[in-house]
Amino acid sequence: MSAVAGTHAQDHHHGPARGISRWLLTTNHKDIGSMYLIFSFTMFLLGGTMAMVIRAELFQPGLQIVQPEFFNQMTTMHGLIMVFGAVMPAFVGLANWMIPLMIGAPDMALPRMNNWSFWLLPCAFLILVSTLFMEGGAPNFGWTFYAPLSTTYGPPSTTFFIFAIHIMGVSSIMGAINVIATVLNMRAPGMTLMKMPMFVWTWLITAFLLIAVMPVLAGVVTMMLMDINFGTSFFNAAGGGDPVLFQHVFWFFGHPEVYIMILPAFGAISQIIPAFSRKRLFGYASMVYATGAIALLSFLVWAHHMFTVGVPLAGQLFFMYATLLIAVPTGVKVFNWVATMFRGSLTFEAPMLFAIAFVILFSIGGFSGLMLAIAPADFQYHDTYFVVAHFHYVLVPGAIFGIFASAYFWLPKWTGYMYDETLAKTHFWLSFVGMNLAFFPMHFLGLAGMPRRIPDYALQFADFNMVSSIGAFMFGATQLLFLLIVVKCARGGVKAPAKPWEGAEGLEWTVPSPAPYHTFTTPPDVK
Amino acid sequence: MAEQPANKTVPPRSNARVIGWCLASVAGMFAFGFALVPLYDVFCEITGINGKTSGRYESTERPVADMSRTIKVQFLAQNGPDMPWIFRPVARSVEVHPGEATTVNFYAENPTDRDMVGQAVPSLSPSEGALYFHKTECFCFNQQPLAAGQNTEMPLVFIVDQDLPSHITKLTLSYTLYDQGEPQAAVIETTSTKNKTIIDNG
Repeated sequence: MSAVAGTHAQDHHHGPARGISRWLLTTNHKDIGSMYLIFSFTMFLLGGTMAMVIRAELFQPGLQIVQPEFFNQMTTMHGLIMVFGAVMPAFVGLANWMIPLMIGAPDMALPRMNNWSFWLLPCAFLILVSTLFMEGGAPNFGWTFYAPLSTTYGPPSTTFFIFAIHIMGVSSIMGAINVIATVLNMRAPGMTLMKMPMFVWTWLITAFLLIAVMPVLAGVVTMMLMDINFGTSFFNAAGGGDPVLFQHVFWFFGHPEVYIMILPAFGAISQIIPAFSRKRLFGYASMVYATGAIALLSFLVWAHHMFTVGVPLAGQLFFMYATLLIAVPTGVKVFNWVATMFRGSLTFEAPMLFAIAFVILFSIGGFSGLMLAIAPADFQYHDTYFVVAHFHYVLVPGAIFGIFASAYFWLPKWTGYMYDETLAKTHFWLSFVGMNLAFFPMHFLGLAGMPRRIPDYALQFADFNMVSSIGAFMFGATQLLFLLIVVKCARGGVKAPAKPWEGAEGLEWTVPSPAPYHTFTTPPDVK
Repeated sequence: MAEQPANKTVPPRSNARVIGWCLASVAGMFAFGFALVPLYDVFCEITGINGKTSGRYESTERPVADMSRTIKVQFLAQNGPDMPWIFRPVARSVEVHPGEATTVNFYAENPTDRDMVGQAVPSLSPSEGALYFHKTECFCFNQQPLAAGQNTEMPLVFIVDQDLPSHITKLTLSYTLYDQGEPQAAVIETTSTKNKTIIDNG
């Protein structure tokens, strides 16, 4: 920006602008990627703080710390912030940083839109978080915001919540368009689709999912907005509407959404496991097709969230079998990861530890998902802590461990320094133990009949809840260590070579560490 | 793109085209979300799931009563949120033969001191039977206005289809009555005469 009045001679040499305008006005994919990642981690800590409030209240039976109304706001905000504020932006940040480097592009295809899609997010979350301080409190109807609980009986702040969702949706859609345009148009010569790294592939498919379902989410919250403020009756039986319709439309978005949160992690893990096994990824093509199959099937399974709502027998059977079918491509992926490690020359640096934990723990989450998919059994599990255990097993050691693994894997490329391996391994083991301590007992609680979204519970659930809370506190506190590791790594340390991991493959390792502000202004040659 | 790469990268596709396709898909999916509303209603009506009974039944052929089967039809009446009316079936259940037209009445009373309009919404259980439950006349087809303190008996004429699956021996029809706010003067005149409303001055 300082060069506006300057000479043209300086035009060919522009690094980052100085001061705040670098971040406000940047169109550089690396800057925007970093901002996404920092924003995501901030939201992760905020959503995590809310989880700590939830677990503190559930430490003992009875009401100790918060009132039920506030407890409900905490569960709702925790879910919304973690899904839309932590996990999704983290993956968009990784996409911004890594996709151009991986396909040999100088930047994202639409850099100005990229800036806009990032800066919408802080606005959306400012609105969402501000509802906590409004009269009547924040949304308290759960992250699934079922109508009419969220329309007829929701707090006045619901309209702000709807607006925040709209803005997040716009941001996600723009991010997805950017990824699609970049991957389709900006690949270096020779980088055919079937030569792309798995992370790029999974993100391309994720971007299509986002394009397909975020507008449906926008539609359903628009219907809510009209029901609340303009007297329509989409979900109000009194006016001829149907509350069950809400659940169909919501889950038509909601089920692909869970794959949006996991597919990029699949991709990152498919980069990391080969690197530390010093082998090529086993079954690359089958990985691509499996990812596509998971994405297609995700549109055909939404009603498995609604078995107890009243789905006719034929519908229950269809959605049950379609859901069980997803285990096939997912199983292909898990077996491919295991086969990649098989007889590999393995080392266990922090990214690999997180990746291996991902494979094992995500599989556990997948198995409990299969249990839930079985319609007759689901009647027992529905809305119990078993469901909470299930989706935390796929999201925490799935999505979040995938993000940690990616962060450690690419930190040397981002900062130019090696992170502290001892601290990172400590972070892993404390997270691993804390996370299992927090979420494994929830399986037992759910099977014993403890319902989800309650601030108090019957005495027989006390011990498991206490264990779960201790694990949650441990996991939560450990994440401050991650902050320390990243800050320490950004400030200095052992210089990282261009390719810090012996077995790593890909174009991102051909540029120096830290990656220069502009890379691949001349496209690389891909064999 | 700001860095003017001095190279020969020619994008195989234009960004504008990709953006255009993406935006068209976004618009299409947004519209699809709204299209799900009528699609859902049509789907439920065709398949009879969700317990949604269809509108007025009209048949060209005169149904023949199947005297060999007896179906018990139970009636439930309940009020929607904040609905102060007294609303109940006159008979809690009737036994009918498939194919025969049966008339039952529902009693509604507006105990408040203001004129109100109600709308009843039916739901049938088991939902599998919804396709075989025909209403030839129902108070749920129209809104029901009731002046302050007024009461009425509202008729329902129905036929259980002869094709009702044999394992169904009992049907439960539930009505929920919702408050539709203040009536318009003209509406209350016409419908109260049509429904032979009894004015209760007591």
